[in-house]
Amino acid sequence: MFLYSLQRLLQSLAVLLAVSVVVFLAVYAIGNPVDLLISPEATQQERADAIIRMGLDRPVWAQYGTFLWGAFHGDMGTSFVHGEPALRLILSRLPATLELVVFALTLASMIGIPIGLWVGLNDTTRWARAVMTGSILGYSLPSFWKGMMLIMLFAVVLHWLPASGRGDTVTLLGIPFSFLTTDGLRHMTMPVINLAIPQTAMLIRLTAAGAAEAGRQDYVRFARAKGVRRKRIVNRHILRNILLPIVTVVGVEFGTLIAFSTITETVYAWPGMGKLLISSVYHLDRPVVVAYVMLITFIFITVNLVVDLTYAALDPRVKLSESMS
Amino acid sequence: MTVSSPKTRQPVEKTAGRRRALALLKSRPSLIGSLITFAAVILIGLVLPSLAPQNPYDMTSYSVMDNLLPPGSQSFDGTTFWLGTDPQGRDMVSAILYGMRISLIVGLLSTAAAMIIGVCVGLTAAVFGGLVETLLMRLVDFILGFPSILVALVLLTVLGRGVDKVILAIIMVQWAHYARIMRSSALTELRKEYVEAARNLGYSKLRIMFRHIMPNSLSAVLVVCTIQVASAITLEATLSFLGVGVPVTHPSLGLLVASGFDYLLSGEYWISFYPGIALVFLVFTPNLVGDRLRRSLDPK
Amino acid sequence: MTRQTSKSKPVLEIENLCTVFHAEDGAWPAINGLSLTLQAGEVLGLVGESGSGKSVAGFSVMGLIDHPGEIVSGSVRLKGRDLREMSEEELRRIRGSEMAMIFQDPLTTLNPVLTIGEQMAETIFEHRSDISKATINDRCVELLRKVGITSPAARLEQYPHELSGGMRQRIAIAIALLNNPDLIIADEPTTALDVTIQGQIIAEMQALQAESGTALIWITHDLAVVSELADRVAVMYAGDIVEQGTTDEILDDPRHPYTIGLLASVPGDAIPGEPLHQISGMAPSLAARPAGCSFHPRCERASDLCREKDPAPTSDGNGRMWRCHHPVQASPATDGEAER
Repeated sequence: MFLYSLQRLLQSLAVLLAVSVVVFLAVYAIGNPVDLLISPEATQQERADAIIRMGLDRPVWAQYGTFLWGAFHGDMGTSFVHGEPALRLILSRLPATLELVVFALTLASMIGIPIGLWVGLNDTTRWARAVMTGSILGYSLPSFWKGMMLIMLFAVVLHWLPASGRGDTVTLLGIPFSFLTTDGLRHMTMPVINLAIPQTAMLIRLTAAGAAEAGRQDYVRFARAKGVRRKRIVNRHILRNILLPIVTVVGVEFGTLIAFSTITETVYAWPGMGKLLISSVYHLDRPVVVAYVMLITFIFITVNLVVDLTYAALDPRVKLSESMS
Repeated sequence: MTVSSPKTRQPVEKTAGRRRALALLKSRPSLIGSLITFAAVILIGLVLPSLAPQNPYDMTSYSVMDNLLPPGSQSFDGTTFWLGTDPQGRDMVSAILYGMRISLIVGLLSTAAAMIIGVCVGLTAAVFGGLVETLLMRLVDFILGFPSILVALVLLTVLGRGVDKVILAIIMVQWAHYARIMRSSALTELRKEYVEAARNLGYSKLRIMFRHIMPNSLSAVLVVCTIQVASAITLEATLSFLGVGVPVTHPSLGLLVASGFDYLLSGEYWISFYPGIALVFLVFTPNLVGDRLRRSLDPK
Repeated sequence: MTRQTSKSKPVLEIENLCTVFHAEDGAWPAINGLSLTLQAGEVLGLVGESGSGKSVAGFSVMGLIDHPGEIVSGSVRLKGRDLREMSEEELRRIRGSEMAMIFQDPLTTLNPVLTIGEQMAETIFEHRSDISKATINDRCVELLRKVGITSPAARLEQYPHELSGGMRQRIAIAIALLNNPDLIIADEPTTALDVTIQGQIIAEMQALQAESGTALIWITHDLAVVSELADRVAVMYAGDIVEQGTTDEILDDPRHPYTIGLLASVPGDAIPGEPLHQISGMAPSLAARPAGCSFHPRCERASDLCREKDPAPTSDGNGRMWRCHHPVQASPATDGEAER
């Protein structure tokens, strides 16, 4: 187990390093680094000074070393637009995004897994097939349009929910959160639903496929031959077998959802880091984009690492292959 | 090399394959239904714009006087705008048809290119193995490890805007999917006897790759293909909506939806609503085809 | 082997059972009017080729036929109570307590993510809620020991993949015995195992059956296994029993041409150097069962009568039954040999 953890940790570090190389090459080698790092308003002399000061006249590998060293210390350059250190800027927006993502993922799991289980165990019925086809629609709806239609329905036609913004927040440990106030919750509802719909569809399909597969296994039939109640067969025999892969996917989706929240945050003017990313891309605020990519890669890798290690710790079958290798 | 045993020359039994495909179609009415719908959507998107009542690129064909008319209204010269007009006074029906064409062209072109690249990479990895395979597949894992939207956003930051750049970004995001499926499918084929026979006959790797393995792996690639068309169209629309995709001179469906955003709150829903419906059709039908196809090929 | 025959009360009475499988083009019968009676403590070998419906028969008795399969008619009585009249909950209470089943492939019968202990314990506590954990544990350990598993207490903590196929099948047998059932249906439980382990398990099963007095239906395609184990043998072909009798009767004095064919194709009885006898042709698929006697296309004795009319069962009034228009007349076994 220790060896496995170490191996996975090294792998993760390699990926992080690879991303830093790719991002560095993309932004620094393809784009013009002078535009990137020096304010466009600088004079000719200031530019020349800055180029030497920042070592932009040095070879690429040396520059990469400097970049990596800076990144290692949390220095990812300064935002052109906001004039703040890029990483600090993004981190200040992180809680708002996490709030959406955590709620959306919880909602999707609470709805998607039970429905998927039902569909999977009744997969020959007409209703189950309808749900499966409906789920295709669920992930076919483009997120931005779906978000706008929710606004049209709940804000414009029904006047139930506010169309944009975060609403009232409560500061907890120095971080503002929306979910602790009624107004904040009302503001969160639509973005959370919008994020949750495709995830729910995905979880329904995943759970249904797993449950149908598990339901056909001999061990389920054997459990029935033993006289085990259906409830227990579903909860222990089937769910226990499919839950682990589902939890893995939910874990990995956590990272994906952070990336996809860029669209939802833009539609609902939710001040998270996704909205920041879009405006940075739009304004070619490259240090912020670079910092975002590095941060999200870090989150991805951490989540994957945690998920893999949890999997290894929980699945009895993984333990065996470990001890044998 | 031309003198070869006739038995190994044609591993793909064409007639049998065709018969199988026909039988498959006959037994799956829902697959046929989804295929017909998809074909119809493509046809509408590619042919109908030339029949559109108005050319939305031609400034003289519409008038600002007609802006923001609700669906069903008539212009001052008597033409009816069945789906209303946009803020510039353009007919929504025409705008949607032209938008569909751009979305479809971007989606189909990028998917085709991504498929060709991915299939070649996957085949190469499977046939050559060793270090080549490890390196290529690591790259594939690396790209697929990130959400497509993120990779595309970063690429467009570097590349800038434009239809060609969006297509390039989509290709770079998508080829890896094909490479992965092609490799795993090719590895299965490689273990089969006819490949062994072809090898013993001294056929070159290239010939085995393209003449023998690829045709037999196509069904798996086809399923990925339909789903990737849908995701390419979504990706293009999303990037355009976010304002980093195709330029305003090419009003794709995503841009149309975006242009109606500001009017949504004041009740002019049609500018965003109808292009979105068209978009949903473009995305839903290939997804449906993909799902039915997968179920037909892998019945469980 | 003790023979408890006609005088004791029957444990299982199957009458005219029909199980079909629904397909797009109709319902295909897998079990076609099967009737069978099993006395308490009796061991019955249910023999047939693959596709003869013998496993379906076992699952039909257990009430474990799922869509697209369906039991359409007939009755299955366990100790006089009709299982087909029961609700699913009543049936569940009987499964695992009064009748149990052992499956063919031990590698897939046990749930990979649950411990052996849990999978054993649930067989008890799903039927009786008044038993303490410690008692359940003791019972599980006791049975694991009985089926010949070493350090049984430690095994309860293990997962199936940590054990060999033979061990897993022993555990499945232990599970079947946990609640002292009146009937155990063993569906080819040794087919998936190594030959050496097969022999061990058959021997153990024999001992356990003798000790517990449980009635046992041993489903197999292997007549050699049956000859070691069974009191009586029923030969199945195309969804129905074509011949039935005591093991000695069936082995020494077969009446049905199919039984003779089966016996002749057992390698153990063959003369070295001689080609092994085969029954020509294949068992008919569900969709292609012929009219008349279902065996006639493969039968050397077939006449026009066989092609038109399905033979009715002939009974000697003593539990011996065959279903053939032209049965091989009572003759010593050596005659059967000489005939081919």
